[in-house]
Amino acid sequence: MGLLAEVVKEMVLYSLDFNVKARDFDSAGEVSSNLRTVLKQLSLNPDVVRRSCIACYEAEMNIIIHSYGGHIKIEIFEDKIRITAEDTGPGIEDIELAMKEGYSTAPEEIREMGFGAGMGLPNMKSNSDFMEIKSSSEGTTVLMEILFK
Amino acid sequence: MAVKVKDLLDKGFVLLAGEKGIEKEIEGVYICDLLSWVMAHAKAKNAWITIQTHINIVAVALLAELSCVIIPENAKLYEDAKKRADEEGISVLSFSGTSYEAAIILYEMMK
Repeated sequence: MGLLAEVVKEMVLYSLDFNVKARDFDSAGEVSSNLRTVLKQLSLNPDVVRRSCIACYEAEMNIIIHSYGGHIKIEIFEDKIRITAEDTGPGIEDIELAMKEGYSTAPEEIREMGFGAGMGLPNMKSNSDFMEIKSSSEGTTVLMEILFK
Repeated sequence: MAVKVKDLLDKGFVLLAGEKGIEKEIEGVYICDLLSWVMAHAKAKNAWITIQTHINIVAVALLAELSCVIIPENAKLYEDAKKRADEEGISVLSFSGTSYEAAIILYEMMK
């Protein structure tokens, strides 16, 4: 690949940034719904739209349920969408365990609403083409990419 | 012929919200009350049967591209959920019988 093509590939064509408040269940899903509207307007492949929105929704819910608050950055490139969810909070104690389907640390009253199924991180992984988690007691950053193949 | 959300209105289902969505086609049924589980396993164009009636079901149905939400046993839909469903055009229907009975009707309609 030529240098110019490489530069173009790394250019962010469109970006959005949304704040997500801890425990704000009434607004839950708003970031992902906004993302869906934008991606539909860009006429992206419906499968890419669906996967991006599900991945984003789970990231949004994790910030609401588990963190002290955070934000989600969406960047659209020539060939992919990148979703970066960053929060301050207690962090994920054991990432490997958290990646297991059905494992959840969500409190009981949240589970009664149907959240905390222990599918958040596994859903993010299965709907993205690349995923990276960094977590400490200061907070968590999850980066996901969905390719427009 | 494809089954549409509006066809359910002749089969004992009652539209509670989201009239804009009644022309959507239904190609299958998914029954579950865990939201992330629905996100993971429901397919686009599935009718979703759940006893959850709070506002977040609208986002799940929208993002997972589901045809509609069916609430069995006449469970009450929250007012804010109704408002959001109207805004997003996600049809929410109520049914007097159980999830199982609702699924049987849908199965017969899609046969």
